[in-house]
Amino acid sequence: MSAAPLLRVEDLAVSFRTEEGVVRAVDGVSLELSRGEVLAIVGESGSGKSVTAMSLMGLTRSANTQLSGRAFLEETELIGASDDELRRVRGAEIAMIFQDPMTSLDPVYRVGAQIVEQIQAHLPVPDREARERATRLLERVGIPRAGERFDSYPHEFSGGMRQRVMIAMALSCGPSVLIADEPTTALDVTIEAQILDRIKQLRDEAGAGVILVTHDLGVVADIADRVAVMYAGRIVEQGTVEELFYDPLHPYTWGLLGSIARVDRDRPARLPSIAGMPPSMHDKPAGCHFRPRCPHEFARCGEAPALEARGSGEAHHLDRCWLTADEKRRRREVGGQIGLAAKGAAS
Amino acid sequence: MSAQPATALAGAGSNGVPLLEASHLELHFPVRKGLLFAHEVARVHAVDDVTFAVRGGETLGLVGESGCGKTTLARCVLRLIEPTGGEVRFSGEDISHAGRRALAPLRRELQMVFQDPFASLNPRKRIDQILGAPLRLHGADRATARSRASELLSRVGLREEHAARFPHEFSGGQRQRIGIARALALEPRLIVLDEPVSALDVSIRAQIVNLLDDLQEELGLAYVFVAHDLSVVRHVSDRIAVMYLGKLMEVSPAEELYRRPIHPYTSALLSAVPIPDPRENRARERIVLQGEPPSPIDPPSGCRFHTRCPRATEVCREVEPPLAEYVNGHLAACHHPLSVSADEVRGARRSAASPLSSGAELPEPPTDH
Repeated sequence: MSAAPLLRVEDLAVSFRTEEGVVRAVDGVSLELSRGEVLAIVGESGSGKSVTAMSLMGLTRSANTQLSGRAFLEETELIGASDDELRRVRGAEIAMIFQDPMTSLDPVYRVGAQIVEQIQAHLPVPDREARERATRLLERVGIPRAGERFDSYPHEFSGGMRQRVMIAMALSCGPSVLIADEPTTALDVTIEAQILDRIKQLRDEAGAGVILVTHDLGVVADIADRVAVMYAGRIVEQGTVEELFYDPLHPYTWGLLGSIARVDRDRPARLPSIAGMPPSMHDKPAGCHFRPRCPHEFARCGEAPALEARGSGEAHHLDRCWLTADEKRRRREVGGQIGLAAKGAAS
Repeated sequence: MSAQPATALAGAGSNGVPLLEASHLELHFPVRKGLLFAHEVARVHAVDDVTFAVRGGETLGLVGESGCGKTTLARCVLRLIEPTGGEVRFSGEDISHAGRRALAPLRRELQMVFQDPFASLNPRKRIDQILGAPLRLHGADRATARSRASELLSRVGLREEHAARFPHEFSGGQRQRIGIARALALEPRLIVLDEPVSALDVSIRAQIVNLLDDLQEELGLAYVFVAHDLSVVRHVSDRIAVMYLGKLMEVSPAEELYRRPIHPYTSALLSAVPIPDPRENRARERIVLQGEPPSPIDPPSGCRFHTRCPRATEVCREVEPPLAEYVNGHLAACHHPLSVSADEVRGARRSAASPLSSGAELPEPPTDH
C-alpha cells in the first residue's frame, strides 16, 4: 500500500433534497483503494454504503442531489467531472456490478449484444472482434457454451448466470477499479461461492482494485483485505480485515460481529442483538450517531468523534469512539466473545 | 424450543399423533402450451414424494436453494395449494383435498409469516385493522378485535399507540413484528415462517429470531422455518430438513446436522456459507459446487444431486437412493454417505419416509476406516 493509491476519496458528502427536508446520506467519507486490493464497505440499510459507491460512478447526480468532496481515480477527479468526462471513464476505467441481476440487464436485447455495445462505446473495434471479445469474456466468467449463449435473452439465464453476464460486462474494457454493490445478496450460497471466486480471480490476475459493498460479514471475511464500517452516513471504523475481526474498536462493529448467526458455532441460548434501530435519516442524533443504541455511551458522546487512529497501535486502524483503547478492549468481551452488552446492563 | 430429541422420520412424539404430517406429498405444476387448445407439454416437479412430520411445540427448519421446492412445500402443507399426490394430515385429520369450507376452522390453527415485510401488509390499512381482520373474519366484534390488537402489539414488542399508524410508518423489522402479530391473532398451533428474516438487517435479524423464540416458549407454538441457507436455522430449529430439486436429501436433529452432515449436498451447503472469521475461513477447505441446479422440469435420473456431486458414481445415476435411517433418527438419501462408520451403515435401515420410487438397497458399508 506504499505506492500511490488507485482511487482516493476525500471527504465525500452526498445530500438529497426530499419532501421532508434535506437528507445527508453520506457525511464526509474518505477512502483509499490500491491495486489488487479488495476494500469492503459494510453497513446496514440506510448507512450510506451504496450511495457512496454510486456517487463514485456519478450515478447519484441529479437536480436534487448535492455532492461535495473529491475522488481521484489516478489523475482523474470524478465528483466534479463533466458528464462527458465521466462517460469516458465510466465503464472503461471504473465499472460497477449491481445487486439485482434480474433488473440490471435490458430484457429486450440479447445478452451478447449488450456486452458488445459496452465494448464499442469505449473502444474502436469492429463488430467481429467485439463479438469475439464478448464471447471470451463470457467464457472467462464461467458461462458454459458461451458461443451459443451469446444470442440468448436475459430471461433465459438464471440469477447466477445473469450476475456473471454483469461481471463480464463490467470487465469488458479492463477497468482498474470494480465496484460491486451486494453482488451476491440475491444469489444462493453455492452460487455465491462461485461468484466470489471470480472476483478474487479478477483481483489476482488483472490487479484490479475492488470496492465491495455488502452487509454480510461472512463475505467480508472471505474476500476483503481492508474494511470500512459505515453507520448513518459516516465511516465509524476502518482497518485491515484482521484488525476489524480480531481487534474491533467501535461498539457498533462489536454489535455486528456479535449478532451474526454462525454455521460453525453451537447455538447460544440467545442470539445477541443490537437494541433499537438505525436512526432516521431526517433526524440523526447529535454527536456520535450510534449513541442511542450504545450501552457504553457517556457524557462526551454528545460531541461527534473524528475518524482517527486513537492510540490503539496501527496508524491506519481508525475509529470514531471516545472510549479509551483500554476500555474498548475490556468492554467488547461479552461472555468470552466479541459483542455488545445489553443496553442498560453495561457499566 | 422443545427439549427432547426428536425421533425418526417423523417425530412421532409420545402423545401419539404429530401435529402436522406430510406423507409422500407431491406437487407437480403443469406446463401448458397453446392458447385455445392448451395442452400439457411438461411438468415442473416442484415437490416430489416428500414425507415428514412436525410435533406440537417443535421447530422444523426447511432448507434449500431457490427452486428446490421449499416454499411450494410450505404452501402445500398450509393448503394454500392442493397437492397433486400424497397426503397432508393436521392433528391426524387428512386435509389434502379438503374444500374451502372444511378448511375454514383449520385456518385458525395454521398461520404463515411471509418473507417480504413490505409486500405482505396492505398499505391502505391501519395496523389495528390489519391485526383485527383475521379476528373479525372469525366472528369477533369490533371492540374485542381492537383490544386484542393492542394486546398483540405489546406481545411482539411494539407500543399500543402504533395501532393507529399505517405500514409505511414502520421499518422492515417492525413490519415483520406486525406480520408475526397478525399470525398470532387467532392463537394458532403451527406457524409457517417463509424466510422471515432474510429481508432484514443483521442487527434486526437477531431481534426477530429472539422474539420468535420467546413466543414459542410462551405459547407452545410449532414452527416450520423455511430458509435458503443453513446459518439462521441453526439458531431456531430442533430438526432440519434439507431439500434439493423437490426431494428431501437429509433430515436430522439440528445440532447433529452441523457436526456431521451425512449427505454431500448438505456438506456442500455448509461449506459454501462464508464464516465471519478471516483466519478460520482461510484455514478450512471449501467445496465449491460447480454448475447450477438442473431444471425441475426434467430432473436427473437416480439421485437428483448426482450431476453436481463430487462423490457420484454409476449407481447414483441409475438408482434413486432411499432415505436411510441412522442413529438419532438421522435420515439421509445417499449411496455414498459421509461421516458415518461402517458399523453405522450396517445398522441403518430403510426409512418409511423414503420416496416410493427409490431403490431398496441401502448404502454399502465403507471397506475401511
